[in-house]
Amino acid sequence: MDIKVNVREAKGDCSVVDLSGEIDVYTSPKLKDAIGSLIDRGVYNLVINLEKVRYIDSTGLGVLIGGLKRVREHGGSVNLVCTNPQIKKIFDITGLVMIFGIFDGEDAALKALV
Amino acid sequence: MNAQAQREATPDVVELRIPAKAEWVSIARLAVSAVASRLQFSIEEIEDVKLAVAEALVHAIARGGDRVDLACESVPEGLRIRVRNFGGPVQPEAVNVVTADEGSMGNLGIFLIRALMDSVDYDARSDGNTDLVMFKHLPS
Repeated sequence: MDIKVNVREAKGDCSVVDLSGEIDVYTSPKLKDAIGSLIDRGVYNLVINLEKVRYIDSTGLGVLIGGLKRVREHGGSVNLVCTNPQIKKIFDITGLVMIFGIFDGEDAALKALV
Repeated sequence: MNAQAQREATPDVVELRIPAKAEWVSIARLAVSAVASRLQFSIEEIEDVKLAVAEALVHAIARGGDRVDLACESVPEGLRIRVRNFGGPVQPEAVNVVTADEGSMGNLGIFLIRALMDSVDYDARSDGNTDLVMFKHLPS
């Protein structure tokens, strides 16, 4: 089990982080490094695309929350693209739907950032 | 009681022992998914059980020790899962968290277990370690 992370530049000063695979206690450090690297380079507006993510646990949620906290310190934000009902359910029951912008498509997620 | 009746009265138990390392959690997730599937849980319920067990394993690994034992017990009402850690006792207040706390991922894991399973209890053992016992009812 692994996770693939691909970072793309988008319009404005936004970046899109495409993820595929499973985000768990073993793979989440890779995601943390990718997000941390973007923030260190001054990218504070992120869309994280979870459409190809099959599984996420609390450590993965923690990485996303940590990233959001860091970009907010610089006036930025993180929007998520999520269509998997099981993953949406996790954001619902943890109340994280109130913290993240969650969208069905990348265009809408980017539009809400800029 | 004849031999067949005795077999039917005894719960089926599937056990797994993994090293207390993050890279083995996915193996346990797969095993628990297979057990839950065998018991005719729905796909959504299987996902619930899988995540709850993974969170319990993460919690157990974080406590230390060299291994974590997992036991899945099939009973007529559903599936009972016991996660045994060998890293010392768990503070009882750790299981009484009822709201997601953005500042604490450990608490978020316990919150998820409580939200996804029908019951969650801690069973303190005489050796000072603790079992986390979860139950998921089969739909009636």
